[in-house]
Amino acid sequence: MLTIATGNKAVAAAVKAAKPGVIAAYPITPQTEIVEQIAEYVAGGDLESRYIPVESEHSAMAACIGASVGGVRTFTATSSHGLLYMHEMIHWAAGARLPIVMANVNRALGPGWNTWAEHTDAFSQRDTGWLQVFVGTVQEAYDATLMAFRIAEDERVLLPMMVNLDGFALSHITQSLDTVELGDFVPPYHLPHAIDTANPLGYGPMTGPDDHFRFRWDIERSMRDARGVIAEVEREFAERFGRSYGPTEDYRCEDADVVVVAMGTLGKEAEVAIDRLRDEGIKAGSMRLRWFRPFPDLDLAGREVVVIDRDYSFGFGGVVAHSIKSKTGIEPYSVIAGLGGQEVTYNDIADFVRNRRPGTETWFGVSDHV
Amino acid sequence: MTNITMRSVTNLSAIPKEEYLYKCTSACAGCSSSLCLRYVLKAAGPDSVLVVPACCTSVIQGIYPGTAMNVPVYNVAFAASAACASGMSEAFAAMGRETNVIVYAGDGGTVDIGIQALSGAFERGTNFLYICYDNEAYGNTGMQRSGATPLGARTTTTPGGKPTTKKDLDRIVEAHNPPYMATACSAYPLDLYKKVKKALSIEGPKFIHILAPCPPGWRYPTEKTVEMGKLAVKTGTWILYEREFGKLSISGPSKAAMKKPAPLEDYIKGQGRFKNLSPDIIDLMRQQVQQNIQRLAREEAGVC
Repeated sequence: MLTIATGNKAVAAAVKAAKPGVIAAYPITPQTEIVEQIAEYVAGGDLESRYIPVESEHSAMAACIGASVGGVRTFTATSSHGLLYMHEMIHWAAGARLPIVMANVNRALGPGWNTWAEHTDAFSQRDTGWLQVFVGTVQEAYDATLMAFRIAEDERVLLPMMVNLDGFALSHITQSLDTVELGDFVPPYHLPHAIDTANPLGYGPMTGPDDHFRFRWDIERSMRDARGVIAEVEREFAERFGRSYGPTEDYRCEDADVVVVAMGTLGKEAEVAIDRLRDEGIKAGSMRLRWFRPFPDLDLAGREVVVIDRDYSFGFGGVVAHSIKSKTGIEPYSVIAGLGGQEVTYNDIADFVRNRRPGTETWFGVSDHV
Repeated sequence: MTNITMRSVTNLSAIPKEEYLYKCTSACAGCSSSLCLRYVLKAAGPDSVLVVPACCTSVIQGIYPGTAMNVPVYNVAFAASAACASGMSEAFAAMGRETNVIVYAGDGGTVDIGIQALSGAFERGTNFLYICYDNEAYGNTGMQRSGATPLGARTTTTPGGKPTTKKDLDRIVEAHNPPYMATACSAYPLDLYKKVKKALSIEGPKFIHILAPCPPGWRYPTEKTVEMGKLAVKTGTWILYEREFGKLSISGPSKAAMKKPAPLEDYIKGQGRFKNLSPDIIDLMRQQVQQNIQRLAREEAGVC
């Protein structure tokens, strides 16, 4: 059904379609609209879920952990400081192998108090064992949330998954949204290690070095297997619903000499910049990186690369730029831009390409390269 | 929790023979909180799940892949047990299951780091039983002070004796108006057993606060662990009561003790943690005991 929605409402609509047994959430700007909309669905009888309005994000994730192992599908949403407040339980969810799905509306971290888009919040959870996807449109926010349940709950994966959407730049803008008749695309929840009082087990007890090490390897093995599962689910989604996704969304890359790599809404914005650059005779393309964990293999051989990072690892560099450098051996031109919602237009992105200096880093609008 | 059959229990022989806590756990000799857990599980029965934060119990249950318990035990982060139990309880409700969800948490995980989640779960009306077994310090990490450590007690982080009083957890929980709350003590297992049974027969958030003397922490000989609990009750330092839908009733062992409490010195003299208390501190402790006795006696009598 074709409608219009904000990114937040698209996420809520996908959650409604997937019918979690328990939703536990705490409101935080700019995620609030997601949990408000879900609360309305539940109150209005459109969604038969148990909604737990918790007193903190730490408790939101703890409640999802209890519900998930208790035997039902779970969902929560957060942003920024809320995500960081959850951090301990974020590790716990992955370590306990619970397929919790969470929307994270990407937002900067204080101080100062800034509610606009930045990817630092999600990247701070990089090493927790969560799958992470970044979306670029309202439609994709909906589609990725639906697929998240299917991917996370696959027995070859059994890891929690985070769907990231840019604060305000996507959470609060309206675009067209085509909702689907889900059918059996997301099967009933089944967790092999759900609590069964007829088979009493100790969950997460004290564990010695050898077993701990093996459990960590199991997470990594599942993270590797997840690549195949993601591809399978995305392929089936395309067959059933006609919209296809992959590890990256490539735009005019086939013959490109220079490729812009970015995530989220800046990755979409880059497509407009590419058209402009092509008009000028610059053979440019864009590659919007969708998956952050597992990190995909990227085909960038023989191209110049401009990476836009809406994040920074202090004392080191842009997280995406360095990930690409480490994965491909290419020395990109690293642009740090859009922190805390800084305005970055397609003209700016075109300038990044025109003025590129491979192997160097610039902070857009702050240092003087651009 | 309608699957719990209520039956009259007047003596220990009426307590089920089934064991849900196996022998030879890694508990310290004389550990009273593991004794309590044994009775809690007998009262709850096999269709129960324990949610356990970091505490002595997470050690007592043993090291993976073994377990000392014959019910599922869900270990969770220190601050998270009540919230985790909320999720689990709601999941069971969504599935139409009547499994008991029981948090079994120490005092640190309850009065300190876990209190926000505890408060949240009680405010939301989570259908579960929260049990705090209180050994008045961080036991499994070697007896550091907690918010439940009493005035004057020496711990490894209050080597000169704790300068402040014990946080009154029960009055904090009471302010949430749960349908059932009670205190218990490891020296009175029948009283504890009956309270757990009753708690699990009631819908909504339930709370039981157990005083659990700890030989290495309180520094008394292991064989005196029951005696120590009895002295806490007999001196009025620990008062046994239950509060059903707001109505207070003092439990049997405390009724007599409150009329004529044994001298406070009987309780503190045998504990190394109270060694060399100044007379001023003992006076303060005595005043607190008297105030508590008077407050609860007045409330039971309906005098406010």
